Amino acid sequence: MTFQEIKELIIQEFGAEVVVAENISGLQPVLTIVKDKLPLVAKFLWSSDKTFFDYLSCITAIDNLKAGTIEVIYNFYSIPYNHHFTLRVETSRGDENSLPVIPTLCEIYRTANWHEREAFDLFGIVFEGHPDLRRILLPADWEGYPLRKDYKEQEYYHGIKVAY
Amino acid sequence: MPTDRIQYIYHKDNLQKSEPTRTKPEDLKSEEMIINLGPQHPSTHGVLRLEVITDGEFVREVIPHMGYLHRCFEKHAENLPYNQIIPFVDRMDYLASMNSEHVYVMGLEKMLGIENTLPKRIEYIRVLVAELNRLASHFVAIGTYGIDIGAFTPFLWLMRDREHIQRLLEWVCGARMLYNYIWVGGLFYDLPVGFEDRCADFIKYLKPKMKELEALVINNKIFIQRTANIGILPLDLAINYGCSGPMLRASGLKYDLRKVDGYSVYPELDFDIPVGKGEMGTVGDCWDRNYVRVLECYESIKIIEQCLVQLTGTHKRTREFDPQAMVPKKIRPKAMDFYVRGETPKGELGFYFRSTGNTDIPYRCKGRSPCFVNLSVINELSKNTMLADLIAIIGSIDVVMGEVDR
Repeated sequence: MTFQEIKELIIQEFGAEVVVAENISGLQPVLTIVKDKLPLVAKFLWSSDKTFFDYLSCITAIDNLKAGTIEVIYNFYSIPYNHHFTLRVETSRGDENSLPVIPTLCEIYRTANWHEREAFDLFGIVFEGHPDLRRILLPADWEGYPLRKDYKEQEYYHGIKVAY
Repeated sequence: MPTDRIQYIYHKDNLQKSEPTRTKPEDLKSEEMIINLGPQHPSTHGVLRLEVITDGEFVREVIPHMGYLHRCFEKHAENLPYNQIIPFVDRMDYLASMNSEHVYVMGLEKMLGIENTLPKRIEYIRVLVAELNRLASHFVAIGTYGIDIGAFTPFLWLMRDREHIQRLLEWVCGARMLYNYIWVGGLFYDLPVGFEDRCADFIKYLKPKMKELEALVINNKIFIQRTANIGILPLDLAINYGCSGPMLRASGLKYDLRKVDGYSVYPELDFDIPVGKGEMGTVGDCWDRNYVRVLECYESIKIIEQCLVQLTGTHKRTREFDPQAMVPKKIRPKAMDFYVRGETPKGELGFYFRSTGNTDIPYRCKGRSPCFVNLSVINELSKNTMLADLIAIIGSIDVVMGEVDR
């Protein structure tokens, strides 16, 4: 199925308001959807006979400092049909007291578990409904989220100077 | 630098603060116990730490803790031009650097739109070195797996054979493990004069050794008893967990990105995709995963032979051939997002790029490493197995911690 056909299917199922934007200028088109509808759309893509996206390849988080947003990109792949689809959700970056919140896909794709933990670890995105949201690569008492564009490393960690 | 300063302030709570166990001792049922396996343990294949909840000899739950080898690949990538990231890509999966480089470079060439203009000789050399590296990586996987379950000889035999591959690759590019050989739009050097003959000699030497290996390890009665019916991974679970590579193929799915995506010159080459059939036990057990790796070695040998035929025939060395001729002076893709994937020995390696179009530094470069995803299934594999089988399961996943932690 092509990108447009999958988009039509999503609009048919959830209404036109679920689609926020689409970007078809690059080599791989990306569909941006409302973040609250993400689990429903993913569940639909996973279970529908026409799409059957059974494989979640990758979850990428990107921090847009200038626009003040943080986005999460999901690369779906269907092994039986051999087609790809890219979904994107966007939310505000939040501030020191409130981290951005995005619903989890763990219940549909169990591979999302560690990908989301990684995004939480490095970007500080809270995945709502995640069963085990802990830091995965960094120590549990590390301060800050290193892949954010405005990240400043802490001065000392357990008495070790961090900056070299 | 003055060194009289105290480098590390010891405090007894530091460990509990930085790497706490997920399970609290008071939450354990009676008879249950937390055993901490790793990070400094020879059979965890690097610095993997496992928090194991045991009930006598039975494993109830395994909680992996990673990050001991985290080298901030993605942060580095955001501050370096595309071509200077290639050495960092090498250090992700340090046992199969050529394969990682190949995938990374392929993605950039697709973004630049030059992937179909490259000379065929370059593509054949890339596939040749990548398949040599795939052999080396599988040799380490099978050899160290033998050690894990108590067979020492295959490790020595395979390291001996891997040494030949490393010397060949060292001859090609000067380094034994971290090559920086495949460049965007070309290669560092052409193959050295005489490489094709030496490589053909090596393949001739290797073929009987593979038969010996199969007799020594795969069909060994003790090996079969240790691995058959252990750590069974059903196919639906494997797909849902995003497993790829030999893990997924051992569960019975004929799925290899070299065939599915048909990138580089793989469509022109003739090779099969081995899948697990459950000959000694159940489909998707540890024995199947290892047997798939051995069969893949045969397929790699087939690919190498075909590449050598091409490189000495249709696309043979000429005086005018310059592998750096197509290398762009500045790598500046248009503003776009791009996800590229390719088959490394461990599975699907992916890179997600975002370029802004006005600089040659990526805005974001995410590495989707196969080991990271394959490792996440370990808890499902090892529930209610014996503690000794857990060691067999870790080895059969073939994790390289450099790639898990990036």
